[in-house]
Amino acid sequence: MIENRPVARVLSHLVLVLGVIVVAFPIYLTFVASTHTAQEIVQQAPMSLIPGDNLVQSYRLALFGGQTENGARTPPVAPMLWISLVSALVVSIGKIAISLLSAFAVVYFRFPLRNLVFWMIFVTLMLPVEVRILPTYKVVSDLGMLNTYAGLTVPLIASATATFLFRQFFLTIPDELVEAARIDGAGPMRFFKDVLLPLSRTSIAALFVIQFIYGWNQYLWPLLVTTSEDMAPIVMGIKRMISGGGDAAIDWNAVMATAILAMLPPAAVVVLMQKWFVKGLVDTEK
Amino acid sequence: MGSISLRSVQKTYGHGAKANPVIQGVSAEIADGEFVVIVGPSGCGKSTLLRMVAGLEEITGGEIDIGGRVVNKLEPAERDIAMVFQNYALYPHMSVFDNMAYGLKIAKVPKPEIEVRVQKAAKILELGTLLQRKPRELSGGQRQRVAMGRAIVREPQVFLFDEPLSNLDAKLRAQTRLEIRKLHAELGVTSLFVTHDQVEAMTLAQRMIVMNAGRMEQFGAPEDVYARPATIFVAGFIGSPPMNLLAGRAEGARFQVDGQSLPLACAAPRSGELILGLRPEHGGVDASEVPGWALQVDTIEMLGAERLVHGRIGERPFTLRIDSTLAPPTAGSVMTLHPSPRHLHWFDPQTQARIA
Repeated sequence: MIENRPVARVLSHLVLVLGVIVVAFPIYLTFVASTHTAQEIVQQAPMSLIPGDNLVQSYRLALFGGQTENGARTPPVAPMLWISLVSALVVSIGKIAISLLSAFAVVYFRFPLRNLVFWMIFVTLMLPVEVRILPTYKVVSDLGMLNTYAGLTVPLIASATATFLFRQFFLTIPDELVEAARIDGAGPMRFFKDVLLPLSRTSIAALFVIQFIYGWNQYLWPLLVTTSEDMAPIVMGIKRMISGGGDAAIDWNAVMATAILAMLPPAAVVVLMQKWFVKGLVDTEK
Repeated sequence: MGSISLRSVQKTYGHGAKANPVIQGVSAEIADGEFVVIVGPSGCGKSTLLRMVAGLEEITGGEIDIGGRVVNKLEPAERDIAMVFQNYALYPHMSVFDNMAYGLKIAKVPKPEIEVRVQKAAKILELGTLLQRKPRELSGGQRQRVAMGRAIVREPQVFLFDEPLSNLDAKLRAQTRLEIRKLHAELGVTSLFVTHDQVEAMTLAQRMIVMNAGRMEQFGAPEDVYARPATIFVAGFIGSPPMNLLAGRAEGARFQVDGQSLPLACAAPRSGELILGLRPEHGGVDASEVPGWALQVDTIEMLGAERLVHGRIGERPFTLRIDSTLAPPTAGSVMTLHPSPRHLHWFDPQTQARIA
């Protein structure tokens, strides 16, 4: 039912505008703060809502570190961004690769205890990182993987959710397609590469977005496995910048600039992949 | 070359007590270039048999031989066959060209030759303008043709068709049936065609295999299968409306059905319990006054060129097909039939087999 009453239209716009303000205002505040100097932020309370003229300096300070107005040294954020990016990419690509292969095995191969294997994978859904954090830490530390990329990513790679999702998708692919491929002479891996992968690319895109953000936003696990500063991802970096000292000792402009920088890559991934997303939803190929 | 022989082929699902035999020893020799249709009701094992020839189902017992080579242990791709599926099974993400070329690409056929073969098949099937399309942009009939094109480019010894026409509408089905006939005449490749539709079977087959419950009931030319059904099942399955079957007792030149005594123009092949079959079109309606079979008329259906008269002989339902130019009988009246002895089919109720 489509109604065209002016009152309803004004009302619905009002609600939407309110929603946008609630979500966007904190981000705007963060951005504005990052364009002022640390002094301005602390001294003029409440802070001015008009962007200041300290943008370039704030971001340079945040990205490359250096001497702050308070005389302290702030660590450069650029390497942290790199670490976050690498771990998020490894986690999301690794998750997709492993779950694609395990779903492929579970759906298309007959092997002993196949159902048991599937249910074992499924049960791990109930064991997120937080639940198994102590044993996982023990294993990672015994393997000497503390303060390494492997330590940051490997324990997060296995994913029951993604395996389950791909399994459900593979089950919807008609058996005749598999048989046609067999008659065409395609072996299992050839079928996987030429038929399954292209057909699941929209699910892959969706999962990539979700898993990239999941990997990027990891906080608790990196906090445990990284002790050295130069293996800290950006989410930890922010925390480290605001711990220690009082309000006056913190370079809020650099902190806010870091927050904005930390928000950009996930936002970029969402924006870029959204096209794929929609395309995949529009032309369903089956 | 492209001959197929099935030697007591068996298929059983499950083991031990749960064993479920779906194909129970089918033997048949199919000559090179022959078009054979396997027909039967749902669940009779006809698709399973075809899939065993294709190599998609394991063979539990017996041997399948294609072109003089036992293929029991060979992968589908090594059997030199091509298959057309009921739902076409086109690769949805590939263009028509790639769909047809995929098998050749895997077989490492050189690119220029793939191009030539696909273009040739596209020309035969009038797909030339559609080569760059994706399957979803095609109509049902076009998809069907692409599926056949994919089979043709492989230049196999044997084509296998698994109910390829059942997803098409009636008009397109009749048209595609003709196209398949033409194609077979042109290419002369041995073909096995599975269907549950007896019209398809009758029109396409050079010889047909009638299957029921995992057994081969009859293997012969459509004319023979129609004129001399080998079992009661075939008699009731082939023909529309099916053959009338009357169970009764034969005594000399009379046949007792539910207390009614039907006169026969010549003696039954033997006395005792028998099943008598008569095709609806062989009723022998004439104006003669000689005593004949009394058919109690219940309803009449007008089909255009002919009428179907549904009635009873004794208590058994009986259908008669008469020319629509004849004066129709009225419901409730009694018609007298004088079937010719050469149109009577006799079956043994115990063995279900034809006697004469």
